Amino acid sequence: MTIDRRGFLSISGSAISSALLASCDSRGPRSAERLLRYAERKNEVVERALLRHSSMDAPAAGARLAGNALPSYFISKTVPVWDESKRGRWALEVGGVVKTPLRLTLEDLLKLPRTTERVNHYCVEGWTAVEQWTGVRVSVLARLAGIDRRARFVDFESFDDGYHESWDIESAMHRQTVVAYGLDGQMLGPAHGAPARVYSPTKLGYKNTKYLTRLMFLPNRTGGYWSDAGYEWYGGV
Amino acid sequence: MARVRHHWIVRLTHWVNAVALTIMVGSGLRIFNAYPAFARRGETFCCYPFEGTRIPAFLTFGGWLGGARNWHFAMMWLLVANGLLYLGFVYLHGEWRDLVPRRGFLRDSGDMLKFYLFAKHEHPRHGKHNALQRGTYFILPWVGVLSVISGIAIWKPVQLAPLTDAMGGFVWARYWHFVAMMLLVVLSVVHVFMVFAVDPYSLRSMVTGGYNEKNSPEARNARPFYHLLPNRFRQKREGQSQANASGSALIPDDSRDAAPAASLSGDSQAAPESRIQKSEK
Repeated sequence: MTIDRRGFLSISGSAISSALLASCDSRGPRSAERLLRYAERKNEVVERALLRHSSMDAPAAGARLAGNALPSYFISKTVPVWDESKRGRWALEVGGVVKTPLRLTLEDLLKLPRTTERVNHYCVEGWTAVEQWTGVRVSVLARLAGIDRRARFVDFESFDDGYHESWDIESAMHRQTVVAYGLDGQMLGPAHGAPARVYSPTKLGYKNTKYLTRLMFLPNRTGGYWSDAGYEWYGGV
Repeated sequence: MARVRHHWIVRLTHWVNAVALTIMVGSGLRIFNAYPAFARRGETFCCYPFEGTRIPAFLTFGGWLGGARNWHFAMMWLLVANGLLYLGFVYLHGEWRDLVPRRGFLRDSGDMLKFYLFAKHEHPRHGKHNALQRGTYFILPWVGVLSVISGIAIWKPVQLAPLTDAMGGFVWARYWHFVAMMLLVVLSVVHVFMVFAVDPYSLRSMVTGGYNEKNSPEARNARPFYHLLPNRFRQKREGQSQANASGSALIPDDSRDAAPAASLSGDSQAAPESRIQKSEK
């Protein structure tokens, strides 16, 4: 193939500049979408293989509790608060493919075996925050309800405008995955998901549904608010 | 010219790397913009003076955080596979000998800097790559390794906690990832600048493999933006003024190209003379 210097320079110059113009703050070519989905599926295989029930998160030595510096995210227009006068008493439902569906009030949760852990919060945005969470392990709730073999996924539903996120069962059964009702030694406030929320350092923040209402053990995955919007579904850490 | 300057595997991996690295940097900067700081919430960070300042949007890629993450986590496999192919080839095929610093590296680098700063007249004779290039092409893979390891550390800080701890924890791993990216960007920008300012002929060698040694920076005695023209044109001009003393000494086997150049200049000089003669008559 012969191509003179001038031809080469003009071709490469226009190719580079058009590629730069096309890429500036853009989402990239639409046709790449399938490739990106494919990569996400393959990444999930790798991430699942990396998951160990023995690997525990521990904050760096000397790290301080974030306290009020912990950001508060929700999708409703205002802070979601459970209104007892309209909705009656709050209770967490545990259902799906289980032997005995549960309905647990906050008092019921407080009576169950309690776990307190000081762990990192890994946000998808890149920040971390150290917090101390108190609650009941999801694995304890699973044992209480008697989940059966078909349960491969868990959907954590909320009263925050339909927000939910579904998980793989393995991550949900991790020892550091809890339904938390306490934060830094106090009962959870409305900003951080009261009355109860899921918390696990093994998942990115957006997977940890706040303002919990239902915990459904399911045979198939059911997506999620941010997963359906384009963030990776697995979101493992 | 029968021998190619860069093996086709080197040329292929070079351009795949150029595209993949550009996308990785752009999407990485978009991810960074979601939290353009390093401090843990409720704490401060010692070593980044621009905490909270976003990177200009035109330097980013992916459109939004989720899109940038999808690109980043897809392109990382291509970048790593491409890097391994390059390093494996360069090792097995012997090219690494041109890419590692030689004995006297510091002295040679000093010579190159002196030459670029006009403190030295002649381009040092270093062969295929000069000492500064060797240093750069040797450091780049190590910075690449740092960016990959720190990247894995911030991708899986819980499942691969020992790795993240080895980097000083999540916050520091994220910082090293950023530093490695900055190093790669600086080295790449200088690299591209030098291609256009000193050795534009290397563009051809990185595409088709072809390269004319007479156009090498050593042969042209080329500093940034100086002597960009091929040597044969310069020689024509110099030859007119001072019977090409330095020019022919630089390139011993220049006789083939010198002949047409000389005849060309002879013609162009002959024309006005003959015209003058005509007008006199």
